[in-house]
Amino acid sequence: MAEGSILKSQDDVVLSVEHVKKKIGRKWIIHDVTFDVREGEVFGFLGPNGAGKTTTIRMLVDLIKPTNGVIRVCGYDVNKNQEQALRFVGSIVENPEAYTYLTGWENLEHFARMQRGIDRQRIQEVVDIVRLDQRIHDKVSTYSLGMRQRLGIAQALLGRPKLLILDEPTNGLDPKGIKELRQFIRQLADEGLAVFVSSHLLSEIQLLCDRVAIISKGRVLAVGPVEELVSENAQYVIWDLSPVGEGRSILSRQAGVEVISDAEEVLDDAIIAGMGQEAIVTRMDEEHVASIIRQLVSAGIEVKGVHKINPTLEQLFLKMTEGESID
Amino acid sequence: MINLLPLVKNETIKIIKKKRFYVVLLILIVLVPMFTYAQMRSAERTREKFHDDWRLEVQQQITDNENSLSSDRVPDEWKKFRKIFIQQLQYYLDHDVNPNEPNGVTFTREFLDNSIALFIPLLVMAIASDIVSGERTSGTIKMLLTRPVKRWKVLLSKLIALVMYNSLIVVSTVIITYLISGAVFGYKGFTIPVFTGFLIRGSEVDMSAVHAVPQWEYLLMQAGLAWFVSLVVGVLAFMVSVLVRSTAASIVVMMAALIAGSILTNMASAWNSAKYLFMVNLQLTNYLSGTPAPIEGMSLTFSLIVLTVWGAAAIAISFLVFTKRDILN
Repeated sequence: MAEGSILKSQDDVVLSVEHVKKKIGRKWIIHDVTFDVREGEVFGFLGPNGAGKTTTIRMLVDLIKPTNGVIRVCGYDVNKNQEQALRFVGSIVENPEAYTYLTGWENLEHFARMQRGIDRQRIQEVVDIVRLDQRIHDKVSTYSLGMRQRLGIAQALLGRPKLLILDEPTNGLDPKGIKELRQFIRQLADEGLAVFVSSHLLSEIQLLCDRVAIISKGRVLAVGPVEELVSENAQYVIWDLSPVGEGRSILSRQAGVEVISDAEEVLDDAIIAGMGQEAIVTRMDEEHVASIIRQLVSAGIEVKGVHKINPTLEQLFLKMTEGESID
Repeated sequence: MINLLPLVKNETIKIIKKKRFYVVLLILIVLVPMFTYAQMRSAERTREKFHDDWRLEVQQQITDNENSLSSDRVPDEWKKFRKIFIQQLQYYLDHDVNPNEPNGVTFTREFLDNSIALFIPLLVMAIASDIVSGERTSGTIKMLLTRPVKRWKVLLSKLIALVMYNSLIVVSTVIITYLISGAVFGYKGFTIPVFTGFLIRGSEVDMSAVHAVPQWEYLLMQAGLAWFVSLVVGVLAFMVSVLVRSTAASIVVMMAALIAGSILTNMASAWNSAKYLFMVNLQLTNYLSGTPAPIEGMSLTFSLIVLTVWGAAAIAISFLVFTKRDILN
């Protein structure tokens, strides 16, 4: 089995990025980026804004030529053999753009003419896939952002790609739209498509991706399965106890539990806003939670709530760059 | 490999749907009646002056010119020109055509003379300035260049679409001008002889090759020259559109160049090397009518070569930049 899976992973590489570097002007924007994306997986590209995500994506689709390194799609060099390589790629770079003075259908026809073997029937197929058939003959200028996003995905799927590249796809979508998109991407991957998704939100990558590359300041810090990267790092548990003072003293006496006094340093604002005034934030292993609750209850302390919180992207970075020189 | 035809179709559709071509037609339909009205007023004034008897006036001109032929002080070249001029006037009398009364064809001919250097190129710029920069402004350039089509093919399809619309604009200008002015002045005048064949040698005009052609033929030659001038200006605007991101900036750059050309034409006769600038070489119809060129050493061939070199350089730069450049935003 193990042997088989190794062979499989070699054969199924759809996108391979090898030591790509990019210099714009005199400045190195991308120092060293290497990763592979395989068939049937959702691959996350995680990094804060300005880390070089979009620059990298632009290189993947030949909008920018790398200064060094090779990018291959299905074995073809994207920057040397565009016509071969880009046949296998559907992409949305930054915003989903479209000709606003054309209808959705006319937009799809326009891009269908740029590739062989896309007929009316295929256009209708992708329209149905993204469920845009109600408004497809309206001008794009009347579309909402969500509809433009869907039109962009339809356009990307038009050429039956093997690799789908989506740059921050949930930007500007409402929670319902984000959920739909997530299911949709998962479905595409299950059908064998390799999906490359960039994001600056760890939670989004956790919900969506199988593997992830983490990029910071133009360097890939780590590549691996999402759970591994997240669970290797510290987890936070928020306690809502009554009375607070006694609870805090019990918690601080536990081995392997660190009570954090300044929650704002380590947690997202959204989480802090959601927790009570008196909440106690601890850094600890989740295995100990059950036994601590038992101790608290037997000491007569009321446990009103216990929340497990994953670390934020910033903390992952802190952990990963620990000991490294920061340039 | 994908062939060019569907790409050209895309570009053609986009120009139509973006209503760029309609704007051009609209400008023509609004402005030509204005010029026609101005011409009508000036024709009325002339008629009042000669008390409506144009035959007398033409006969008088013929007599004056015949008298001058016998004079020794008039150089032979001028005599030849005057003989032709007399023939022309005689033709008008024989065919009962008033040479001073404008008709649709004459108006169109004069309109082309006046619009070749600025007005028609301006109409072509309305399309050319937007053709690449428009895609960058809207961000759709990213979609266009991430399809499996080589960049030079994308640009070539745009260039072909531009050449097609350039032709369409020149033809529309001629047809719209003829139709609108004809409604006022009448649709006749295709066979009226017009004189051409003037050769400019240094500061002299050589008239040995002067001959008459029917007005329709003259109009055709003018339209051909107007097509070439607007094509070269269009290609230059195309290059600027590749180089700058904003459509507004590319229109301003080209307008400045054209207006600089019309200013230089009026004052650059002393600055000889200005003749290598494309914008002083746009008034090509002057070579047909025998109007002296603004700078010594200019001829129809010279101007055509200068324009061709500028146009070819613009195309080369456009393709070099477009195929190499990183699309950063």
